[in-house]
Amino acid sequence: MWLWIHKLGSPPHAYRLLGKMAPWFGWPALILILLATWWGLVWAPRDYQQGDAFRLLYVHAPSAWMSMFTYVVMAVAAAIGMIWRIKLAHAAAASCAPIGASFTFLALATGSIWGKPMWGTWWVWDARLTSELILLFLYLGYMALRSSFDDPQRADRASAVLAIVGVINVPIIHYSVEWWTTLHQPASVTKLDKPSIALEMLYPLFIMMVGFQLYFGWAISRRLRGEILRRERNAKWLKEGA
Amino acid sequence: MNLQEFFAMGGYAGYVWTGYGLTAVVLVWNWWSARRSEAEQLLSAQRRSAD
Amino acid sequence: MHRAPTTSAAGLVFRRDLMLAWRRWDDVAQPLIFYVVVTTMFPLATTPDLAQLREISGGVVWVAALLASLLALESLFRSDVEDGTMEQWVLSGQPLGWLLLAKVASHWVLTGLPLVVIAPVVGTALGLPFEAWGTLVLSLILGTATLSILGGIGAALTVGVRRGAVLLSLLVLPLAMPLLIFGSRAVGMVMDGDSPAGPLQLLAAIFFLTLSLGPVAMSAAIRISVES
Repeated sequence: MWLWIHKLGSPPHAYRLLGKMAPWFGWPALILILLATWWGLVWAPRDYQQGDAFRLLYVHAPSAWMSMFTYVVMAVAAAIGMIWRIKLAHAAAASCAPIGASFTFLALATGSIWGKPMWGTWWVWDARLTSELILLFLYLGYMALRSSFDDPQRADRASAVLAIVGVINVPIIHYSVEWWTTLHQPASVTKLDKPSIALEMLYPLFIMMVGFQLYFGWAISRRLRGEILRRERNAKWLKEGA
Repeated sequence: MNLQEFFAMGGYAGYVWTGYGLTAVVLVWNWWSARRSEAEQLLSAQRRSAD
Repeated sequence: MHRAPTTSAAGLVFRRDLMLAWRRWDDVAQPLIFYVVVTTMFPLATTPDLAQLREISGGVVWVAALLASLLALESLFRSDVEDGTMEQWVLSGQPLGWLLLAKVASHWVLTGLPLVVIAPVVGTALGLPFEAWGTLVLSLILGTATLSILGGIGAALTVGVRRGAVLLSLLVLPLAMPLLIFGSRAVGMVMDGDSPAGPLQLLAAIFFLTLSLGPVAMSAAIRISVES
């Protein structure tokens, strides 16, 4: 088994493995996402309070979840890269960043769009949206730091430190933002939480979550392949044909 | 619901469809961007091995 | 080879930085002036009415303090890295974290502490009541100290990067938002007559957490910046 793990760190092997894995993530992801979309838009009954607008939950909540999940994956990959000096792990962290940032953007956009019909304004400083906004800043900072170095090894390691510091801070940020919002609205439900909701309305949410999760697996496989190519562009194995 | 009701989304059509539309855009973007950078890298690697 | 005890090495670093600063007063004065200028912008931008300013005085004093501190933090390690001192430290066999912490501490004494001293004066100009002074000072001591360590991590990561100051702020400010929330809210609570104990304790907790983990991150970052 150690041999298998060791081989995993070798770029050509990883490149091929990721290429084989990707469709196993991609196709199920597509099916589940389409299924969840259909279910959420068509079959799920209208919410008596929010009408059809609540259907935005099915894209907002999974995006928000994935934005945080991706950040954690990024930080863990960075940590692995630092501790065991595995370049592939650093490449994985680099690949996570744009994916995570796009999920964060989506969470913010869908949250904002959902907020308008519900609370009348395009933006509300509620706990979840504010946390997502700060998370976006963390992603952008990570990407900015990465791109400010010419030396790829320095870029990898410096951004790894940042990602690890960031991930430790994320719970603190979450808690402080929660605390900040409850000061003015005692005992209120987080605005963009699920409305009091029947179980049958949650099924499309579960399916969408799994779909997004698989989609992430697919996206990171593809992006990591590109990243490997970029880093290994002068390597022999590439010249001899991948 | 009939088709017209479906598109109207109980009056929230603009919001719901924009939201889902943006989701589609982001998902497609991740796919397209990953594929494009991979293709670019592959092309430049092949070009380099040809020299 | 005889190695000096770490505490005396750290103490040496601390005193050396203070003595160096003695000769370069404007490095100390500039963040302070920036602080006062920025806080002046807020009444100019909103209203001269003290009753209204009072509402945001805690927040403004805090935001300006964070920004002024960050401005000063950018050059924290630059000169030492450039003239090779930092490399010596890395090779010296002393625990790097302690030396860096000593440097951060002297930096705080020179920038953070003056800000904290001036803050009540500036706050009063914005309508901050006298009862809030204690909380303001305490929250700012904890906050600026934590920020100095966080900024130290950021400065270590961005040493030698072009336009490092902007990047540093981009990296550190999101991490500093909890400080801002708890610090300025503590002041707000005192002004409303509530006890600020909750947020102050949270600020203290964050400070101690940063104090224990920060030097680890800083030395990792410095090593990355120096060994290349």
